[in-house]
Amino acid sequence: MSILVIAEHDNSSLKGATLNTVTAATGLNGNITLLIAGSNISSVIDEAKKVSGISNIISCDDELYKNFLAEDLSNLVVSISNSYSYILAPATTFGKNLLPRISAKLDVQQISDIISIESEDTFKRPIYAGSCIATVKSNDSIKLITVRSTAFDAAPMDNSNVSVESLDAVNALNISEFVSEEIAKSDRPELTAANIVISGGRGMQSGENFHLLDSIADKLGAAVGASRAAVDAGFVPNDYQVGQTGKIVAPDLYIAVGISGAIQHLAGMKDSKVIVAINKDEDAPIFQVADYGLVSDLFDALPELEAKL
Amino acid sequence: MKILVPLKRVVDYNVKVRPLPDNSNVDLNNAKMSVNPFCEIALEEAVRIKEAGNAEEVIAVTVGKTESQEQLRTALALGADRAILIETDSILEPLAISKVLTKVVEQEAPDLIILGKQAIDGDNNQTGQMLASMLNYPQATNASEVRFEGDKVNVTREIDGGLQTLQLNKPAIITTDLRLNEPRYASLPNIMKAKKKELTIINVSDLGVEISPRTELLSVELPPSRDAGIIVETVDELVEKLKNEAKVIT
Repeated sequence: MSILVIAEHDNSSLKGATLNTVTAATGLNGNITLLIAGSNISSVIDEAKKVSGISNIISCDDELYKNFLAEDLSNLVVSISNSYSYILAPATTFGKNLLPRISAKLDVQQISDIISIESEDTFKRPIYAGSCIATVKSNDSIKLITVRSTAFDAAPMDNSNVSVESLDAVNALNISEFVSEEIAKSDRPELTAANIVISGGRGMQSGENFHLLDSIADKLGAAVGASRAAVDAGFVPNDYQVGQTGKIVAPDLYIAVGISGAIQHLAGMKDSKVIVAINKDEDAPIFQVADYGLVSDLFDALPELEAKL
Repeated sequence: MKILVPLKRVVDYNVKVRPLPDNSNVDLNNAKMSVNPFCEIALEEAVRIKEAGNAEEVIAVTVGKTESQEQLRTALALGADRAILIETDSILEPLAISKVLTKVVEQEAPDLIILGKQAIDGDNNQTGQMLASMLNYPQATNASEVRFEGDKVNVTREIDGGLQTLQLNKPAIITTDLRLNEPRYASLPNIMKAKKKELTIINVSDLGVEISPRTELLSVELPPSRDAGIIVETVDELVEKLKNEAKVIT
């Protein structure tokens, strides 16, 4: 059996979630091919050759795939799909946007956001914002799967035996067009890849107050996140959001500051190894999942914490 | 312009869902049911587009049991002009729902189809993209802003790294993220008016679509629970615990 993993990248390097998806693929039986489609992707291919667990790379270097539009990218994947029993993508906004489009073309009921592989056709996945875990068996002959990256380790980068073949682009659909992108730039680690995350909620009261988190994050080498309430209130941009409909994180240490702990937020961080909650409301649900709770006004606790780190 | 808004009846987002004692499925007995929150945002956007003079008609559609008429009445009270129920007692998967919706699109020929990005029951995040694929329409998922430019539609999307703007030809499919708008509440006069609006019921078997399930739900369990933690009294104690007990900072 053969497995195709669709790589997520930015035309210069692989996204971390691709490596977690490869690890998930190694839990299935078969040779793993990594598809890298984009524009001017030679550095991505060089990096991908080192990914442990894959046996070959199919690359498609064409201007058409520069912005990874699902309309064209799905047709490319469909054009090579009959060689594979599994097609996997990370359950990121990239993979979530793309894979159902391929599933529909192949008449397959996709399995979204898996957190474990039980057998060649059976998978576990969270439902109801992580309130329950479903075990689902797929009876389709090809299986299309998105992978929750926090549930699988990143594949090591020690491979030296990967063949590369190139693929031609398929005809452009010309029904959609990329206009622009505003990608947040930060010197801090990416939220989904950071070992430590410190997040603020509605209790932060304003965007300016997030500097209290920033200075602690700089001391700890942490990423800064936020609850939906803080994003909705306009304190920080959407790419900060941790939760069921934002980013799913599972760092070694998660510090929740001024976050009450709605189930939709917990769904995005409760698999963190150690959870710290700082909140002045001792009844906040966040304390029920915290390993260490500090009942305190965050405007007192944060400056003190920064000073003592 | 005509806008189609497919929506889903789901358990209300405030309900804490648990597995049945035999773990065969989730326990939804007597649970409050509502319109999926992302679908409410989709409907609100459609109604605002109409109110801005950019559309003439908003049609709400759902695929589900006869009780789903309640959610369609809610949609009519929130501003949909008419509603369609594709009635079935089976629980359809996103692939089957998308196939059913292609038939509705064939009949209604909307210029724009707006859906929620996911339903809060299955959390699949598939139907909009699948429908777009089956129809060969362009798609913009996770929308946070929709603007019209001539005969095209520009959609800003929330993506992992920030925001992306795409321009789509019509007919197009948009799925909504949280911040696209804040849905209104239905007023009492509008709830009364909704009772008189047209609600068409079509049996799914009349559409000739293959809807048999492709997956089997083997079991539903609670996720592993976390052990109760401790309350520390001071920042000093917190730092000490993180350094020496949890060993997550140095």
